Amino acid sequence: MGQGVFAITEQRDGELRKVSFETVSEGRRIADGLGAELTAVILGSGVDSLAAELNKYGPDKIIVADDAGLADYTTDAYSNVLAELIQSADPAVIITGASAQGKDLAGRLAAKLDAGVAMDCVKVQIENGNLICTRPMFGGKINADVEIEGDCKIVAIRPNVMDIAEVAKDGAVEKPAVQLGEVKTTIVEKKMDTSDKVELTEADVIVSGGRGTGGDYAGIEALADALGAAVGASRSAVDEGWRLHSDQVGQTGKTVSPTLYIACGISGAIQHLAGMSTSNYIVAINKDEEAPIFSKADFGIVGDLFEIVPAITEEVKKVKG
Amino acid sequence: MDIVVLVKQVPDTESLVQIADDGVSIKTQDIKWIMNPYDELAVEAALQIKEAQGGTVTIVSLGPEKTIETIRTALAMGADQGVHINDPAAEGSDSLATAKLLAAALKDIPYELIIAGHRAVDEDNYQVASAVAEMLGIPQVSMVNKVELADGKIICDRTIEGGTVVVEAALPALFTTQRGLNEPRYASLPGIMKAKKKPVDIKTVADLGVDAGQVGAANRKVKIKALSLPPERQAVRMVEGEAAGDKAAALVKILHEETKII
Repeated sequence: MGQGVFAITEQRDGELRKVSFETVSEGRRIADGLGAELTAVILGSGVDSLAAELNKYGPDKIIVADDAGLADYTTDAYSNVLAELIQSADPAVIITGASAQGKDLAGRLAAKLDAGVAMDCVKVQIENGNLICTRPMFGGKINADVEIEGDCKIVAIRPNVMDIAEVAKDGAVEKPAVQLGEVKTTIVEKKMDTSDKVELTEADVIVSGGRGTGGDYAGIEALADALGAAVGASRSAVDEGWRLHSDQVGQTGKTVSPTLYIACGISGAIQHLAGMSTSNYIVAINKDEEAPIFSKADFGIVGDLFEIVPAITEEVKKVKG
Repeated sequence: MDIVVLVKQVPDTESLVQIADDGVSIKTQDIKWIMNPYDELAVEAALQIKEAQGGTVTIVSLGPEKTIETIRTALAMGADQGVHINDPAAEGSDSLATAKLLAAALKDIPYELIIAGHRAVDEDNYQVASAVAEMLGIPQVSMVNKVELADGKIICDRTIEGGTVVVEAALPALFTTQRGLNEPRYASLPGIMKAKKKPVDIKTVADLGVDAGQVGAANRKVKIKALSLPPERQAVRMVEGEAAGDKAAALVKILHEETKII
């Protein structure tokens, strides 16, 4: 029977990603609830200095798996190393982010460890020593409370949802020797967006446009710039070729949970609503007062988005000075 | 090249999903069932490779009787044959058990490449394809929106937060699809006629040599305790005003002073 909690963090180009702090913070809460120790794990190359950063979030121990072959995430190297660390420490609970990395990793680790995974959790509670994880299904149309059975449980938390909490603790750093095992994948190139564009799933504010834009996103881009927001799109806008697939919010696109979601010219198809309904505040701007989006919004404006959106941009600039 | 595509039948994304009386499953009677949209991309990708260099495309799906409709849809698009894992003992399997059944079925099928959707849009578990790859001991690349084949390997554009990484994997390998990879074709009428005559093997859990004690609803490692609908929002507050500028000013005032977001 395993004990202890493992929080698998992630770095990119030697920098911890925000989801790492969420993972360690949630790991701390779960470990406290179970009366267990929390071990944070970081994999990378030349990443010793990241341990001090993780230490702010209260792990009892930090394992640094450092190897040139772990510089960039690959499924095989990361899952081989993690499986070995997990088999040797035998934790009861493993927490990872439901990020591009975590979503790729979780199923692979689950198969290696014969463990159940609760994917993309938005809440984790402890009842009588058992974890009850709340996770959206059907793209957010339904929430499921699930309980994982077995000696080893994997919980992947949705990015941008769990609170980050700093906890003063001086976790001991361990640097075990690692075996990459058989690696059949190679990263040959990284094509990263070099603009300071905010990633949709990590954005605090999203301004999204739909069919009502007619493909003209200039006003939406300007408002997003003024707000420091990411730009999203409905499926129909993506199908029209107006925006990239990576901008699509909805059941067949990205699920987002920003503090503020501004839907411009989006009617509110059920599959779109599924992808954004967990936003804290939703503003809808649509010329059709009967549009279903208004039933899911906190604030609504009926009107022409080509007049309303630039006017909002002006007002935002005034407020932000 | 021999290609296997893993396919799942799911409720149409335009469907309203309602909770059944048992509180842990959904009402299925009014649902229109479709091929998982990411699996359509997978079928299309397989067909394009087959058209370019020959080979076979085999569809493998786990699900009850009606799943045959989705397998036939893939055959009508142009796939060659199907394997339908259809056994009441397998119903309600979680991701890991599903992967065990699919991996077991793949032992009897020649393949160099496996393609699957990156997730099924029902339970949104994101796990089956990765677990299958692990069980078969082959590499995987997830969420791919561009793929090339060369010299016994696949070269994939994998989408991650804020960009793309190009990943090479030695064949045999598995990759999962992301939107943008292709535009799936519709089945043609002749395709639909031909699909009726294409072979579909029906397999039970016992046929696959999988221990029935590891699959099905009773043996889920991830047990659904309760389903609930997301909390309803309060009724929308319409922001009024004479001109666009007035409405905009009123909204920004609310966002600044009341919600304190701006």
